Amino acid sequence: MKPASALPAALKDALIAAAVSAAIFIPLVALRTDVGPTGALTLRTRWPEAALLVGLVFLGRLALVLWTGRRGLRASTAPGPWTQRLQQAGRLAAPAFLALALVLPAIPGVDRYWLDLGILVLTYVMLGWGLNIVVGLAGLLDLGYVAFYAVGAYSYALLAQEFGLSFWVCLPLAGLFAAFWGVLLGFPVLRLRGDYLAIVTLAFGEIIRVVLINWVSLTGGPNGISGIPRPSFFGLPFSMAGGEGTFAGFFGLEPSPSHRVIFLYYLILGLALLTNWVTIRLRRQPLGRAWEALREDEIACRALGINVTTTKLSAFALGAMFGGFAGAFFATRQAFVSPESFTFIESAIILAIVVLGGLGSQIGVAVAALVLIGGTEVFRDLQEWRMLVFGGAMVLIMVLRPRGLVGTRTPSIALGKKRAIGGDLVGEGRG
Amino acid sequence: MAYALQQLINGISLGMIYGLIAVGYTMVYGIIGMINFAHGDVFMIGAFLSLIGLVLLSMGGVMGGPAALILVLLVSVALTGLYGWAIERIAYRPLRGSFRLAPLISAIGLSIVLQNFVQVSQGARVKPMETLVRGGIEVMREDGFVVQLAYTQMLIIGVTLAVLAVFTVLVTRTPLGRAMRACEQDRKMASLLGIDTDKTISLTFVIGAALAAVAGTMYLLRYGVIDFYIGFLAGVKAFTAAVLGGIGSLPGAVLGGLLIGLIETFWSAYFSVQYKDVAAFSILVLTLIFLPTGLLGRQEVEKV
Repeated sequence: MKPASALPAALKDALIAAAVSAAIFIPLVALRTDVGPTGALTLRTRWPEAALLVGLVFLGRLALVLWTGRRGLRASTAPGPWTQRLQQAGRLAAPAFLALALVLPAIPGVDRYWLDLGILVLTYVMLGWGLNIVVGLAGLLDLGYVAFYAVGAYSYALLAQEFGLSFWVCLPLAGLFAAFWGVLLGFPVLRLRGDYLAIVTLAFGEIIRVVLINWVSLTGGPNGISGIPRPSFFGLPFSMAGGEGTFAGFFGLEPSPSHRVIFLYYLILGLALLTNWVTIRLRRQPLGRAWEALREDEIACRALGINVTTTKLSAFALGAMFGGFAGAFFATRQAFVSPESFTFIESAIILAIVVLGGLGSQIGVAVAALVLIGGTEVFRDLQEWRMLVFGGAMVLIMVLRPRGLVGTRTPSIALGKKRAIGGDLVGEGRG
Repeated sequence: MAYALQQLINGISLGMIYGLIAVGYTMVYGIIGMINFAHGDVFMIGAFLSLIGLVLLSMGGVMGGPAALILVLLVSVALTGLYGWAIERIAYRPLRGSFRLAPLISAIGLSIVLQNFVQVSQGARVKPMETLVRGGIEVMREDGFVVQLAYTQMLIIGVTLAVLAVFTVLVTRTPLGRAMRACEQDRKMASLLGIDTDKTISLTFVIGAALAAVAGTMYLLRYGVIDFYIGFLAGVKAFTAAVLGGIGSLPGAVLGGLLIGLIETFWSAYFSVQYKDVAAFSILVLTLIFLPTGLLGRQEVEKV
């Protein structure tokens, strides 16, 4: 198509888009309803904002059509030339990321803010890796993963408060409880597949949250649990007072609030790496192979004598366990848990990280968590616009790269040399 | 007895709203096999558009007469339909034929976008609307307990039945409905036979959104308070209803909606209000354990 003949068509297309966006934006943007002084709703007009939006849509559509032709944006599944290059760089990316993560607290200029951001991102990386076991490896769509995160967090909060157990005792217990709930959820949904499974897991997550809100005598209801003990350095508390028996005193350091933050940072880094390590190891073992086989073809699995029940349950249990670990960490970091932290949107964000990263790709999950969580943190000053940007990014990444940011997978086993394969060759499971 | 009757009335009118939303889910699922996660938010958009329309009219001096209500309903339906069209065009069409989880994530992202768009443009505070339709008729009186059928409930039941009747005719008797059913059975074959599948799918989204707008308007008239977040819970309940009825089945969606509405209402009335969502979801889980394809769903044949 020559540009000369394309321009009128593009203009027409952009005008239609502008007309549609005018109809869409004018009522909600230009006519703002507010509660007036009498309690009744009043209208306030905001024409410039609506006009600006419509203008942006017009220009954006015009540019897009002129650039890509009338077909608009198309999803690409085949690895393009630059994915190949990216993949070569990717081999170095994982060690580079790891090295950066390890030395981050020592880099000059990295203050409390960056460490907190790092902790947040790593928490989501860990949750992503945990959910990746269920969704990416076993192919079971789980929309209620946050339930296990909540179970872990509340387990730690209650055990630490009621029985005074230390973090290191509570951590495995929290994981165990979460795994137990994973199995409990797993049993009834063994027969369900696809979207039925998705809605039941979603319902499960909501049930847990509603129970947390309403079981006031145990969980404190909507007020949550506060004053959860902070973690100690293997028995040495972080105290600003310093002196004998504290972390600073034992190592002869100047007491500083950053000690605890750095410790928390390395704690979550260690937990995340543990998740990653267990996943990588398991993929080479019969259990991990059974998960992946289950994802590719359940019927073939049965025919080969794989016990589908235990395979599915173990995936749920292990994924839930890591969610529980992350939850215990969350509780000790915040020193406060409430049901508000465990809404469906959290499940959606974790699932989005797994899918956006590329199902089953470990490095992809880490990159997606960095992009989504770190990226939206950059927009923090935008306040309520932040989630708008977040949702928009989710849609955009999916439309442009439906197989995730990392488009290639490394097969768990291969005849001869292992080669990276396109992400679209990997099944997504029906479970 | 009287108390139970009152709950029955409440449950049916609530269930009708769920049913209307559930039809949108089940239609989209039937035709392209994806969960339109943003559908609950489309319902919320419909409610907001009606709210803005009603406020606009009342500022122009017109207070809710039947003609004004119908006008607002029609405008809201048309504009929400446009939303449905735009949503499909932006977030789902590029992903058609892609793998299953991509449209799901895109839909969740779009749901976040719609919620926050309304939050930014209309504010996060709840919008109370003055009651437009008051009163009702007394159905029965027993030991001082008056069973009342509110006019809004009659409106909900009447409008829903009318809309569903039109909708049933549309699906079973018109060329568009035939095209929709053909696409549902086999999209590729339908396109080979000269059906414009893109257009059919677009119209499916428009119709689903229009039904959600009707539900949103009814919700607004009945409950009088909306905010940008109502779409999530209503959406999840309606989706639960669609699954309960057997996803892909249109009568199943309405049946599921009614059941969810009734379960929720009776549970709140006789057991505890706090756990009504737990009740609805538990029923869903139980149903699916024993009837994995829902009440009226078709058994999925698995081929090797």
